[in-house]
Amino acid sequence: MSKSIEELRKISNEMRADILKMIYYGTSGHPGGSLSSIDILSVLFFNKIKRTQENALDPDRHRFILSKGHGVPALYAVLNRCGLIPTEELWTLRKIGSRLQGHPDRVILPYVEASTGSLGQGLSIAQGMALAAKIDNKNYKVYCMVGDGEIQEGQIWESLLSSPKFKLDNLIVILDYNKGQIDGPTNEVLNLEPLKDKLIAFNWDVQEIDGHDFEQIQKALDNADSSNGKPHFIIANTIKGKGVSFMEGVIDWHGKAPNKEQLEKALEELSKIN
Amino acid sequence: MGKSSRLAFGEAIAEIGSLNKNIVVLDADLSKSTMSNIFAKKYPDRFFEMGIQEQNMIGVAAGLALSGKIPFICSFSIFLLGRFETIRMSVAYSNTNVKLIGTHCGIGIGEDGYSQMGLEDISLMRSFPNMSIMQPADEIETKEIIKYAAENFGPMFIRLTRQNLEDVHSSNYKFSFGKGDLLFDGNVATVFCTGGVVGNTLAAAKELEKEGIKIRVINIHTIKPIDTDIIIKAAKETNYLFTIEDHSIIGGLGSSVCEVLSENYPKKVKRLGIVNSYGESGSPEALYEKHNLHKEGIINSIKTELKKGV
Repeated sequence: MSKSIEELRKISNEMRADILKMIYYGTSGHPGGSLSSIDILSVLFFNKIKRTQENALDPDRHRFILSKGHGVPALYAVLNRCGLIPTEELWTLRKIGSRLQGHPDRVILPYVEASTGSLGQGLSIAQGMALAAKIDNKNYKVYCMVGDGEIQEGQIWESLLSSPKFKLDNLIVILDYNKGQIDGPTNEVLNLEPLKDKLIAFNWDVQEIDGHDFEQIQKALDNADSSNGKPHFIIANTIKGKGVSFMEGVIDWHGKAPNKEQLEKALEELSKIN
Repeated sequence: MGKSSRLAFGEAIAEIGSLNKNIVVLDADLSKSTMSNIFAKKYPDRFFEMGIQEQNMIGVAAGLALSGKIPFICSFSIFLLGRFETIRMSVAYSNTNVKLIGTHCGIGIGEDGYSQMGLEDISLMRSFPNMSIMQPADEIETKEIIKYAAENFGPMFIRLTRQNLEDVHSSNYKFSFGKGDLLFDGNVATVFCTGGVVGNTLAAAKELEKEGIKIRVINIHTIKPIDTDIIIKAAKETNYLFTIEDHSIIGGLGSSVCEVLSENYPKKVKRLGIVNSYGESGSPEALYEKHNLHKEGIINSIKTELKKGV
């Protein structure tokens, strides 16, 4: 059953707390880009893909690939809420022997769909899955989340050029456009703009939304169900570190674990939003 | 002279295509050279022209494989290996059932020169724990290997020649994955060879036999996992050991054989191949002569070592 916006808001903030605890216990990880993407993953997994234990490995399931693999704490958090990762396992992130690798590993945890983390590769894999669905006349859709720093990679633009050729309207790419990457603001490190114009010129069906507005996320994903022969691209404008005041928009929180004091402060803030 | 292994591949995959509908073939604008165009004509719905985008082709193949397809992806060997890190993540580490078909390996491609020659491809591929590496010596072995690749799960790299190859097997030859293939027996020396140079090696052994020098020739069609037993046995039974390959002697067959022996039965191995140098333009014959991979060069190299004594 789909979740209401109130439920999505509540569960997203609970998952934000899970993400920060995971990274705290793991002693390293990427909070900024996990917190920016979690609202999108909420809508996608609960209301669109509707991932459950029963359908998790169904050959006809909708697929989701996190191409920006460093944001994987968000994916583990949502898979936990779908019943696919036990809560106690979340706190094993990045520890030896854990299924929760620092970046997704499909061989030991198949629910992540693809092994990613070397940026730029997940979209091509998603394209291949969408192509397979077309070959077999299957109805499943393939969702792929990319990061803004990530789409500086050449391989991304290979797939952006290639996917429209194969009329993959079952491929939906979501950009977590949080405007920051390790070395600084994306528009300073290597500006992507005018991005929408580029994507339209590449023959994609493009939408632009606020990636923290649940209604807009839901609507954009519904729009992307249309079979117009074009692959879909959703530019989701997000805030790096969203939900924690001292992390929001601060690039330093791209890949750093909070200390105990910072974790407690963040958890307190998040509990108040609830 | 028989067929090139690329042509044998093109014919084989077009033939096998009818047996399994999950087989798909991808190419990056070289289908007329890799010979995947034979499959493309026969099964246009299962052939995907990816354009000049090797990285994306590798990733798309991984996605296809994760959805139940058996993708054979084709390009010049070195153009695939140029996208090493995409192969590393999306194929090897992900353990996807992708078959990498690398043609135009070695200096045997001739005039196009170094930029098109796969000379380091085996070396790179060997570093992946789960990557099978196969290199056929002639038409029938190519067809057997392609059939094996289609029927067995796992990432595989198959290295093929541009140039035509002498047939070294009879028509009833059966390929056995991971097992060295004894082509000619002898008790003085053993030569481990692979791919395009097997024909010349066999010819050299036959010539040497006339002079009373009996050389064992073992075709290593499966470079990974390598047949350790046949290597150790040869080291025990013959005094001189050689490896011959149209590839850098760093990281290829020569290194593989030395690794096996250094840990199991330490013995001197003379490695013949591309010795710490780049390729260049020239006729395949002239290049083989320059690098001593032609029959006479192989004979001379063997005799030189024999003269030195054990």
